[in-house]
Amino acid sequence: MGNMIIDGQIVEFNEEKNILAVIRKAGIELPTFCYHSELSVYGACRMCMVEDKWGSTLTSCSTPPKDGMEVWTNTEKLKKHRKMILELLLANHDRDCTTCEKSGRCKLQEIALKVGVKKIRFGQEKKEMPVDDLGPSIVRNPNKCILCGDCVRACQEIQGVGVLDFAYRGSKLQVTTAFNKALHQVDCVNCGQCRVVCPTGALMIKKDMDRAYEALQDKNKRVIAQIAPAVRVAIGEEFGMEPGAITMGKIVAALRKLGFDQIFDTAVGADLTVIEEAEELMDRIQNRDKLPLFSSCCPAWFKYAEQKHPELMDNVSSCRSPQQMFGVVIKEQFKKLYKDDRKENIVIAIMPCTAKKFEAARPENKTGGIPDVDMVITTQELAIMIQENGIVFNELEDEALDMPFGFTSGAGVIFGVSGGVSEAVLRYYYKERTAAVLQGISYSGVRGMEGVKEATAEIDGQKVRIGVAHGLKNAENLIKKILRGEEKFDFVEVMACPGGCVGGAGQPIPQNNDVRRKRARGIYKVDTASPIKRSEDNPAIEALYEGVLKSNREILHRHHK
Amino acid sequence: MKINNLKELKAFSAKSTNALDNQKKKVLVCAGTGCVAGGSIEIYNRIRELIDAHELLVDLELDYEKEGIGVKKSGCHGFCEMGPLVRIEPENYLYLRVQFEDCVEIVEKTLINNEPIERLMYSAENRIYKAQEDIPFYHKQTRMVLKNCGSINAESFAEYVAKGGYEALSKVLFEMKPDEVCQSIIDSNLRGRGGGGYPAGRKWAQVLRQDSEVKYVVCNGDEGDPGAFMDRSIMEGDPHGVIEGMLIAGYATKSTAGYIYVRAEYPLAVERLRIAIEDARKHGLLGKNILNSGFSFDININKGAGAFVCGEGSALTASIEGERGMPRVKPPRTVEKGLWQKPTVLNNVETFANVPLIIKNGSSWFKGIGPENSPGTKAFAITGNVNNTGLIEVPMGTTLREVIFDIGGGIKDGKKFKAVQIGGPSGGCLTEEHLDLPLDFDSLKKVGAMIGSGGLVVMDEDTCMVEVARFFMNFTQNESCGKCVPCREGTKRMLEILEKIVEGKGTVGDLDLLEELADTISSTALCGLGKSAASPVASTLKHFRKEYVEHVVDKKCVTHTCKALGSIVIEKEKCKGCSKCARLCPVQAIVGKVKEPYTINPDKCIKCGACIEACAFKAIKEA
Repeated sequence: MGNMIIDGQIVEFNEEKNILAVIRKAGIELPTFCYHSELSVYGACRMCMVEDKWGSTLTSCSTPPKDGMEVWTNTEKLKKHRKMILELLLANHDRDCTTCEKSGRCKLQEIALKVGVKKIRFGQEKKEMPVDDLGPSIVRNPNKCILCGDCVRACQEIQGVGVLDFAYRGSKLQVTTAFNKALHQVDCVNCGQCRVVCPTGALMIKKDMDRAYEALQDKNKRVIAQIAPAVRVAIGEEFGMEPGAITMGKIVAALRKLGFDQIFDTAVGADLTVIEEAEELMDRIQNRDKLPLFSSCCPAWFKYAEQKHPELMDNVSSCRSPQQMFGVVIKEQFKKLYKDDRKENIVIAIMPCTAKKFEAARPENKTGGIPDVDMVITTQELAIMIQENGIVFNELEDEALDMPFGFTSGAGVIFGVSGGVSEAVLRYYYKERTAAVLQGISYSGVRGMEGVKEATAEIDGQKVRIGVAHGLKNAENLIKKILRGEEKFDFVEVMACPGGCVGGAGQPIPQNNDVRRKRARGIYKVDTASPIKRSEDNPAIEALYEGVLKSNREILHRHHK
Repeated sequence: MKINNLKELKAFSAKSTNALDNQKKKVLVCAGTGCVAGGSIEIYNRIRELIDAHELLVDLELDYEKEGIGVKKSGCHGFCEMGPLVRIEPENYLYLRVQFEDCVEIVEKTLINNEPIERLMYSAENRIYKAQEDIPFYHKQTRMVLKNCGSINAESFAEYVAKGGYEALSKVLFEMKPDEVCQSIIDSNLRGRGGGGYPAGRKWAQVLRQDSEVKYVVCNGDEGDPGAFMDRSIMEGDPHGVIEGMLIAGYATKSTAGYIYVRAEYPLAVERLRIAIEDARKHGLLGKNILNSGFSFDININKGAGAFVCGEGSALTASIEGERGMPRVKPPRTVEKGLWQKPTVLNNVETFANVPLIIKNGSSWFKGIGPENSPGTKAFAITGNVNNTGLIEVPMGTTLREVIFDIGGGIKDGKKFKAVQIGGPSGGCLTEEHLDLPLDFDSLKKVGAMIGSGGLVVMDEDTCMVEVARFFMNFTQNESCGKCVPCREGTKRMLEILEKIVEGKGTVGDLDLLEELADTISSTALCGLGKSAASPVASTLKHFRKEYVEHVVDKKCVTHTCKALGSIVIEKEKCKGCSKCARLCPVQAIVGKVKEPYTINPDKCIKCGACIEACAFKAIKEA
């Protein structure tokens, strides 16, 4: 608590950890490349420098506020240094702005414009390092890297995976993987949080739009979309809407315009997951066998578990993810429904996630050599497709989903936010259908943005302990406690991205806790508005269990190996 | 044999002193890195062998009663230019450039018959200097920290104790409280010898105040400046002095463990420290409950992996932790959160080596040496175009003139003094006008230079200052960790410009751009090394701007250092037309008719200089 003097104005500070936060609170936008409120302070880009009353320069990101402290943010000296630093960064940068995918969203471009670099007095050297586009999820282009280290810290601090780090010294410095291997050859879990924080085009989503266009134009293909819950509360941001704005009807309308034949909601897949996973859990609790049960719907978490905790794989649910359950079910259903036509059924999943691309390509997610989900398009890619095709998103009239999977439950939709799987499973257990019960569950501790959440529920006189973690670093801490016997859970839900799927790397940027919270609020709004709250109450589900799944339920499970 | 308490230490000391006295003659063969490279180990072995043949050899640790001659491997004597060095006590003869073949004579003449060998002694202006302390190189020095270097066996615990070693430790353990120890270091005003000059005692007191069960003492032995070897010599020559200093710091700050971070390029220092730590442990001066005082402390050695930047405090601690050595932003400072996030005392080798002396002799004794604000002595490694290169120690406040001309013996080959680079790649250059400047922290700061860790590179009139700046910038660019933009990209661009200038492609605008870059780097770089990375360029630009202008405007390098700027010409009058040069020229740039003067085509000439060397009539020269 105290007062600072910023550019001559008195500004009060409270909990702010650094003067940069106080300066921004005062309405002054200092440029930064390496500062992220959710990552550790790094202090390498030197853009946020301010001048104190003795004329020394200090980085505002790393200096805690002090009562009576006096700083200037925009003296001539500071402007000169900022320009020089940017000039140095740009001199070394691949300046193919017009053809760069990041153009318009690039922080380097934006800040260079703001700071006003007019000329670069140093010779440009064309870096020609190989671009890593061999993996399914992320493309890494070291030629566009400005070495701010954001990805290194995101991978280490949020996920505890740490596949990226610095190598070499001086101007030869690089961010790279161990032995400069491709990302798919190292322990990268494809979560894409690195690309969420990357200010330039050095880390990008691997795009599958061309494959989607190809399928959409092919008369011999029936293209079926499934839209994940988190997409509907985020895509609007690409079109100037607030985070959390619910745009499902517009997405459906846009997809029809793009030529999709059938459009469904992945929440139906989530409903199937709820039922399968809840029963698997009940079974294990009754037999006191292989507890806790870990959720399996996040593909980044699943890969992490395989790599880091092979000893826990028996504890990870055998359920396929909602995307994969739904993919396999649609294809089964349509095989029967359209058994006389020759059209090939193509399932395209619209996902908030980069790891889903990897999941869809896993060999165990194929039937007879054909993927159950043919391709995955992220929220951002869909937004680009909408723009590329001249569709004015904001003016679209809402349209409804197709039948027979046009119904969804609130339980299926809340999968899109951390704690949602647990909440949906709990709803399945409580047979009493009152609003009070639902509210009780929502207040049990599963909701919110804390990294690790705990809840206890009583089901048929039996106490069930649930742990919820988002961010793999948080999950690892929880697992360590479980392995040391300090914590005991029956069910543990893990989502790799902060906030769950709403914070996925396929979503629009920028992302921060505030944005994720607003998106989560949107998800809960959809749930509140939904007439069906429980997965098992979804009529589409009942039809499936009576139909294609009747003697074929094991297609919903994977065989870990 | 473990020494369990103060009484036993005193008894051990008395016994060792007696044994040392029994060595009626002592031969100290310099086993510093320079002399070892010159073959001093073979000399040492040979002298031992010869003395043993006379049955006169006594080793301190092996025979405490027998009288005879001691032969020891000592640390660096400092007069590296003249190595390998052999010192004979009690006469204090210093034999220079000793060869293996001289050993027999040394033993027979000097050790058996007490005769000096004059041909091995230092001589100048028809005078032969018998005693080491009379030699001008030593005469003006005050060797305190380096006292043991060259006068004791660097690998002997007993000898260190015999010379009063670990007395300071026992004094603090049994007569002083931790805060009193901090206070006496504060009172002495000992300032960090690593370059920063921060008062060591204040640092210790801050660590003592930290509320933490675990605290560390870290010794910075990552001396990376080109041409600097002060700390190396101390670690090689008096390792116990460093250990004792760290033990006292540990007691003063209530720390329990210490780390010495040494460059892996200093294998001898690592080895001597390892032996010293093992000996101290064996004798109970490291470990649990030292001398039954209740104080426990142990020391580990960490070898650096060859990064200059690891000499920066936070990069050094990161490196010990097994992380990439990159400086981090402060706060928190190392005294609050240093090694493994614990409060940490981080001082350099020379600072720790001063500590036992201050404790033993008192703060006011220390303050009496040198100027009040920078008391004590400072070790310097003096290299470059100077007659006596080597390791010296002088009171702070000694002038550059005394160091370069009295101790260093002036400029080589009678040339003119031009400048001295002080403080390594982080420092700046000083010129003729600064020769009477006292060498201390504050005076140097005033003229934009710094003492740094103590490297002095002396340059004569034939040195091109632009090339010097390019050399240091090349070093800094290679050694930048690459973390912050100004240091990583800025030094790269400065180097690029300097390379352009020495190649004759510079412009006047480049000089302004260099200054602009230097300003941004020094104001915005993350760590101290980054902030000072541009200093060699900034200071040469300030003091030798004329030379830069000559390079970019006149395209001329007066010292003929920058080959691209010079041209080679044949003097018509002297050329006899022998055609030797034309035949030798690798690019056929020389043309002419036999018996008539030849000419050089400047467009073809690559300035290799082969023709100059070949010409028998000295007709070809650089213009």
